[in-house]
Amino acid sequence: MRIYLDFEKPLEEIENKIEELRQTKEAGEDVDSELANLELKVSRLRTKIFSELTPWQRCQVARHPDRPYTLDYINRITDEFIELHGDRAFADDPAIVGGLSKINGQSVMIIGHQKGRSLKERIYRNFGQPNPEGYRKALRLIRLAERFSIPIVTLIDTQGAYPGIGAEERGQSEAIASNLMALSGIQVPIVSIVIGEGGSGGALALAVADRIYMLENSIYSVISPEGCAAILWKVTPGSPNTNLSTAAEALKLTSRDLLSFRIIDDIIREPQGGAHMDHNEAARNIKRVILNSIEELRTYSTEELLENRYNKLTSIGEYTEMDDREMGMA
Amino acid sequence: MAWFKKTGDPETDKTVKIPQGLWVKCSSCKEIVYSKEFIKNLEVCPKCNYHSRIGAYTRINLLVDHESFSETNPNLVSADPLNFVDTISYKERLTISQEKSRLKETVVTGLASIKGIPISLVVMDFSFLGGSMGSAVGEKIVRAVNDAIVNEYPLVIFSSSGGARMQEGIFSLMQMSKISAAIGRLKEHSLPYLSVLTDPTFGGVSASFAMLGDIIIAEPKSLIGFAGARVISQTIKQKLPEHFQEAEFLLSHGLIDMIVDRKDMQKTITSLLIMLINR
Repeated sequence: MRIYLDFEKPLEEIENKIEELRQTKEAGEDVDSELANLELKVSRLRTKIFSELTPWQRCQVARHPDRPYTLDYINRITDEFIELHGDRAFADDPAIVGGLSKINGQSVMIIGHQKGRSLKERIYRNFGQPNPEGYRKALRLIRLAERFSIPIVTLIDTQGAYPGIGAEERGQSEAIASNLMALSGIQVPIVSIVIGEGGSGGALALAVADRIYMLENSIYSVISPEGCAAILWKVTPGSPNTNLSTAAEALKLTSRDLLSFRIIDDIIREPQGGAHMDHNEAARNIKRVILNSIEELRTYSTEELLENRYNKLTSIGEYTEMDDREMGMA
Repeated sequence: MAWFKKTGDPETDKTVKIPQGLWVKCSSCKEIVYSKEFIKNLEVCPKCNYHSRIGAYTRINLLVDHESFSETNPNLVSADPLNFVDTISYKERLTISQEKSRLKETVVTGLASIKGIPISLVVMDFSFLGGSMGSAVGEKIVRAVNDAIVNEYPLVIFSSSGGARMQEGIFSLMQMSKISAAIGRLKEHSLPYLSVLTDPTFGGVSASFAMLGDIIIAEPKSLIGFAGARVISQTIKQKLPEHFQEAEFLLSHGLIDMIVDRKDMQKTITSLLIMLINR
């Protein structure tokens, strides 16, 4: 069964009709022209709907339960992948997966947030919300890659780092901070792709990179629309969506927004109707970008790579100088 | 340099925050304390030793050698890249905060000396938009780190913040990696970075530069953490343990080096710097 989001409902009707026609076709009736007609109609309608998505609707696509997750991509883009586990200090965090891989013969360290699909798996993956040991495992693998001159690819998909008692006791802040600092100085190319949700510091802790891309319908924000609405409009869970729409809009969290701010380097196209419609095509698009980026980044010397990364990181910010008069200060 | 304000800036003295009235109520133990006694005690509750939130300039005056502070980039303020509007516009919110706090931004930076040791100093002020970190905070801190590197000075940062500033969206988030990258450069130069956490230090600030100090100090009973207590209890649907996220909790979990009373802060920082620099 396909899952239809609210704004996809018009598609559901036509697709149900297409399904009915297919069954009558199997029964021997000639419905080919009508079928072709409806298929064209649904394809046009889908393109139209997805070209006009509001930021809040994009959030829903980014969180779509059928959307490909990190391991779905890893399985499709690598020739071989060997998962590595644990932070060597406390635990293995299933909310972050990572390991060595070959992509078209090229060694790559791949690390990403991992959400679960079934209820059982979602709980096992802690809904893709890492604990400190997840970030520390990631850092261990990053350092391993650096030592063997292996480029690093990170796939970003989390609503945020886990806000729990244990996470605080084991230093969630320190774990994220250490990753931010370490990634800024790692001496191998780093490519980050936001594949679903880029949720605040928990996302950024894996996304300090030489090249940052976003899938067309992914989001990346300092706070979720829910969190923002709760603070600014005192919205509680279960209240109407209008404030969430407003919050999603105000936060400017879509791939187009981030490209216009030059926070990301490019947008990766998704299959018609979103990445969940065709995992293989989404994976092919990602793979192409990964290979091209690594090839390009390999042309730089280590010094150039680090200098460019440093400048990229430290040039972000919109500020201005004001004088005392503007403030009405005597 | 034109960047630096003249020393002995009257603004410094003007903005010293003095509690109104004869009595103040401790916001931790709710005990009523005689104002004069409270101020004489460096705005620390004499009953429960809670270190109340103090203004950036008050803190600078308590810490550095007399008239040694020269402020850098005093006029640098955040722009409004998102054209953010909630109940009021972000621009209005900035203006209101500037008038109310008599500060232009959350963070005050400058060069100073402490017992004769020159330092690059960063002090956050919670009274300006909850100490939130936006583009101006990021840029001012990176410049302060660069001042430390260029002059070969140690860096001292006093944090006090609710986290990243929502109204600047993704730009606020990116200040975390921006400042962390700069701290990384500082460490390559083997210059000490002392991070002092004061009440409260959370979110994007604690999860970046605040937790990257070579030595991390906290004021007693300061609340410090990644996620706020309300978010955590809503997520796990449980009551939180007593004293959760207080400085003493962090010390016992091995997350900070020490807890230092405000009255001993200058002495402790001085001793640490001397041990680290004069090898």
